[in-house]
Amino acid sequence: MNRMTGAQLIIALLQRQGIRIVAGIPGGANLPLYDALAQSPHIRHILARHEQGAGFIAQGIARATGQPAVCLATSGPGATNVLTAIADAKLDSIPVICITGQVSTAMIGTDAFQEVDTYGMSIPITKHNFLVRSAAQLLEVIPDAFRIAVSGRPGPVLIDVPKDVQNQLVEFADWPAPGRADAPPPLDSDALARAAAMINAAQRPILYLGGGVIHANASAAAVQLAEKAGLPTTMTLMALGVMPSEHELSLGMLGMHAAPFTNLALEECDLLIAVGARFDDRATGKVARFCPQARIIHVDIDAGELDKIKPAHVGLVADAGEALTALLPRVAADPRRAWRERVAALKRRHPLPGCKPHEIVRQVAALAGDEAIIATDVGQHQMWAAQAYPLRKPRRWLTSGGLGTMGFGLPTAIGAALARPDKTVICFSGDGSLLMNIQELATAAELGVNVKIVLMNNNSLGLVRQQQTLFYGRRIFGADYQMRVNFLKVAEGFGVPAFEWEDLDAAMATAGPSLIHAPVDAAEYVLPMVPPGAANKDMIGGEVHAHA
Amino acid sequence: MRTLELTVNNHPGVMSHVCGLFARRSFNVEGILCMPVGDGRRSRIWLRVNEDARLEQMIKQLQKLEDVLAVRPHGADHAVFVGLEEFFRA
Repeated sequence: MNRMTGAQLIIALLQRQGIRIVAGIPGGANLPLYDALAQSPHIRHILARHEQGAGFIAQGIARATGQPAVCLATSGPGATNVLTAIADAKLDSIPVICITGQVSTAMIGTDAFQEVDTYGMSIPITKHNFLVRSAAQLLEVIPDAFRIAVSGRPGPVLIDVPKDVQNQLVEFADWPAPGRADAPPPLDSDALARAAAMINAAQRPILYLGGGVIHANASAAAVQLAEKAGLPTTMTLMALGVMPSEHELSLGMLGMHAAPFTNLALEECDLLIAVGARFDDRATGKVARFCPQARIIHVDIDAGELDKIKPAHVGLVADAGEALTALLPRVAADPRRAWRERVAALKRRHPLPGCKPHEIVRQVAALAGDEAIIATDVGQHQMWAAQAYPLRKPRRWLTSGGLGTMGFGLPTAIGAALARPDKTVICFSGDGSLLMNIQELATAAELGVNVKIVLMNNNSLGLVRQQQTLFYGRRIFGADYQMRVNFLKVAEGFGVPAFEWEDLDAAMATAGPSLIHAPVDAAEYVLPMVPPGAANKDMIGGEVHAHA
Repeated sequence: MRTLELTVNNHPGVMSHVCGLFARRSFNVEGILCMPVGDGRRSRIWLRVNEDARLEQMIKQLQKLEDVLAVRPHGADHAVFVGLEEFFRA
């Protein structure tokens, strides 16, 4: 018979799930859990400086490895602080398990100290959530949480555990099996045959890949299909790295900040093959005018995505890898010369306009090498990196796509560096974003993680400034900072070596974390830009560009 | 009007999950009934909702909820709400 407390049981079950790192912050309502964690020789605890940081550290681990990762927070403000990182994981389908402490069962509903309705607040931002009512329930809840987080379309699961449940003794005979992914739905061979026939009959097909291809570890299968069938291939922000950016078939990212040729090619395509992509508004622009000539094949593991935004002529509820692999023998080898020549001509005539920030991105890339992992914050620097960084492999591009959370970059980079200590992690950030989780510089310094922060500093909320310039009559309000933060001193105060841009080489050669301060003119814009709500072909090009 | 029949796990959070799904998509639920069935581990929820182009998407989202075991759509004239009308006279 096994006999232990609920807290000890949680830690033992996490260990049996293969968890070796958890990030979190202790507080009153999760102290029993921390006491149990302290006794574990197998699980390393990463002390974040803010619960949102802990949530993003877990995300960094999950995004870089594809495995579920765990964060811990106490009740009340601990829980509310971590919710942004959980919502971010929901929007980008990242398997994060968040375990929050809660006031004791008898105190729930009494407005006790540090009590909030964590369960109620987390319903709309998790894939599923639990409020655990007895220690014995943990035997089902913990494996279930992992199974749910990684099955089908991945997503975050929150487990709220009252303090008395953590302290309650539980006896049980057998350990439950660790939670693993359910088998994906069976392939619909009829739909597969129709999809293959549509691809074989298409004159101007485009393959449109989303983050689901990365979650399914299906990058190689996607590239194989594209090469066999001669499919020019565009990727969403989430899918960058699936096909190397230099690949002759790559059209790069589509949508709001795509290269003009990408959106123009989509305008001409007669078949759009969407795999693990969800027709997000930043990708499609005005949906009614997206790919106006195209029939649509849509492959997604989440049935709720089919026909949600754009009705598909053939819809397949399937694992992206299984569907792509099954399509491969059914699709005819076809170089599609005429269409690829047309796409090549569009590339020559309508290239991505260059800008100075692209040079920053490219110089960093040249030093970082092929094996680096790239994390970004949110804003102009994110889009410049998405446009210009030569991404060549999956799980090397960690960015907040759906929720667009400023403050994502630094803690996510720390998580990635912990999970992949063999790699250099670059964190492209902006001054606005970095300030939103700057306290994690202390975590980075304490751990000595190999994170190089490239701070593109324009002393403003650049993408807001850009929109106010373009769409609000140049009335800049609330977007320019009145004072300049000395980020070099701030970083050094946290114990992170800091360098000016001219010393990039030295910064990259420094062991452990470093910050590189790269000034950017506030008049630099991310171009082209499709105005929100407009069709993708109506891109604002270079006319407002500082260097036009 | 349509009537939806849901088979769900019976615990305190389930109604919140189901109602929240409709609320955050600003989809009004016109009528709701819920009682445990069998040994009480499961409940049946009856929902009366407006016929709407979004209903199919709502049903797909309901089916994704971990505690929702089955969703069966019925027509508006299903007896479950008709029999209740005498309790809802203005």
